Amino acid sequence: MMETLFYLAAVIALSATILALTRANAAHALIYLILSLLAVAVLFFLMGAPFAAALEILIYAGAIMVLFVFVIMMLNLGKSGEELERSGLHARNWIIPGIMATLLFVELMYAVEQTSSLTSGTAVSPKEVGLELFGPYVLAVELASMLLLAGLVGAYHLGRRFIVRSGSDD
Amino acid sequence: MSELGTIGFGLFIILAAVGGAATLTWFERRLLGIWQDRYGPNRLGPFGVGQVASDMIKLLTKHDWVPPFSDRVVFVFAPTAIVVAMMLGFAVVPFGPDLYVIDLNIGLLFFLGMTSLAVYSVLLAALASNNKYALLGGLRSAAQMVSYEVFMGLSLMGVVMLTGSFSMRAIVEAQTDLWNFIPQFLGLFTFLIAGIAESHRLPFDLPEAEHELTAGFHTEYSGMKFAMFMLGEYLGLILISCMIVALFFGGWLGPWLPPIVWFCLKTFIVICFFILLRAAIPRPRYDQLMTLGWKYMLPLTLFNLLVTGAVALTLKGG
Repeated sequence: MMETLFYLAAVIALSATILALTRANAAHALIYLILSLLAVAVLFFLMGAPFAAALEILIYAGAIMVLFVFVIMMLNLGKSGEELERSGLHARNWIIPGIMATLLFVELMYAVEQTSSLTSGTAVSPKEVGLELFGPYVLAVELASMLLLAGLVGAYHLGRRFIVRSGSDD
Repeated sequence: MSELGTIGFGLFIILAAVGGAATLTWFERRLLGIWQDRYGPNRLGPFGVGQVASDMIKLLTKHDWVPPFSDRVVFVFAPTAIVVAMMLGFAVVPFGPDLYVIDLNIGLLFFLGMTSLAVYSVLLAALASNNKYALLGGLRSAAQMVSYEVFMGLSLMGVVMLTGSFSMRAIVEAQTDLWNFIPQFLGLFTFLIAGIAESHRLPFDLPEAEHELTAGFHTEYSGMKFAMFMLGEYLGLILISCMIVALFFGGWLGPWLPPIVWFCLKTFIVICFFILLRAAIPRPRYDQLMTLGWKYMLPLTLFNLLVTGAVALTLKGG
C-alpha cells in the first residue's frame, strides 16, 4: 500500500515537473510546479519525514510559490510572453541541458545503488529534527540565519523609498 | 477508531462543516442585523432560516458564466482549491478525546500548510479572470496572506513551546490545568487577527473591497463558482474558530457536559465573536493593514515567543 502510494506520488511529481518545464504559459507552469512540490511533500511523508513534508507545503508551496505568482501578476505576461517562451522551447535548446541532466541522473542512480536503503524505516518526529538542528547542525542553522538576515537587509535597502527633501520650489 | 469509522467520521465532518457554513450565511446576517439595530433576513420560515435554502436555490439556478477572455481551466479550478484546502484542514481538529480524523504529530503544521494553500484559490482566480479589478484584488491578497502567514505561524509557537508537541490532541490535553489563553494571551490576540486576515473576512477583506475594487478577485465569478468562494470563506471561519478553541480555550475540556458539546459551544461563541468584529470594526486602508502586520504584530509575536521561551525554560530548570 505504502509503496504504491509512494510510486504514485513519484510519478505525479515527475510528470508535473516535466509539464512545469514545458508550459509556455507562465501561470500554468507555476501551477504544475506547485503540484510537483505537493507531490514531493507526500513523498517525504511516506518516507517517514512528516516534519519535512509539512515544511515543504508551508514554505515552498505555501509561501515561496505565492511570491512567484505575485511576480507573474505584476509582470502581466500576455500573448507576447507566451510566444517568447515558446521560441525558447526549441529542440536544440534542450541538448546541452539534457546531456548534463542525464550525467547527473546516472551519478544519482549509481549513488542510490551504493546505499542499501534510503529510509531507516522509522518516522522521524519534529522533536528529533529540532534536536538535530540545534545540536550537531547548529553551525549550519546559524550560517543560514545570517544569510537570510543579509538578504533581508539587502531587500530593505533596495526597497526603501528615497525621500527627496524638496526646497522652496515644489 | 476503526479505518471505516474514521472515513465515516471524516465524511460526517465534511457534511457538518458545509451545513454549518451554509447556515452561517443566514446566521451572520441575522446577528449583524441585531448588532446594527435592524432585522436582517427574517421573512422565510422561523426566524428567516429558510433564507439559507432560498439562497442556495438562487445560486444553483444562476447562469454559470465563464468569461471568454479568461484562462478557462484555471478559472474553473480556482474556487475548488480553497474549499478542498479548508476541508483538509478539518482533518486535524480534535473534536473530542477520541473524535478526530487523524492525530498527526505535525497536526498544527498541517493546519498552517492547508491555510497557506488556500491562498492559491484567490491568486489563481485573480490571475485567470484577466480583469484589472481581479488582478488588484489578487495582488493585495498575495501580499496580505504572505505577511500575515508569517506571524500566524509564529503566534502559535508559544502554545507549541508550552506543550512540547505539534499534535493537536496533545495540545488540548496539556490544557487540563490551565487553558492556554491565560499564559498565551498575546498569542491568542495575534492569532485571532492573523486568522481573520487569512480567511479575508471583514475588516480584512481588502482583496474584495467593494468600494474600490467592485468585488476584487471574484469580480468575474457568478453562480456556483462564486458560491464555492463563499463556502470556502465560511469553512475558513469555522476552521479558524475550531483552532482557536483547541489551541487556546481547552478544546473539548469542560465540566458536566460531554466533550463534543463543550467543543461545539466554544466554537459557536468564537464564531459569534468573529461576526461581532465584522459588525464593529471598519476596513483599514491597505497600507495601514501592512503596517499593522509588519510593524506591530510581528514584533509582538516575537516578544511573546521570547518571553514564553524564557518562562518555559525557567520552569523546567527550576
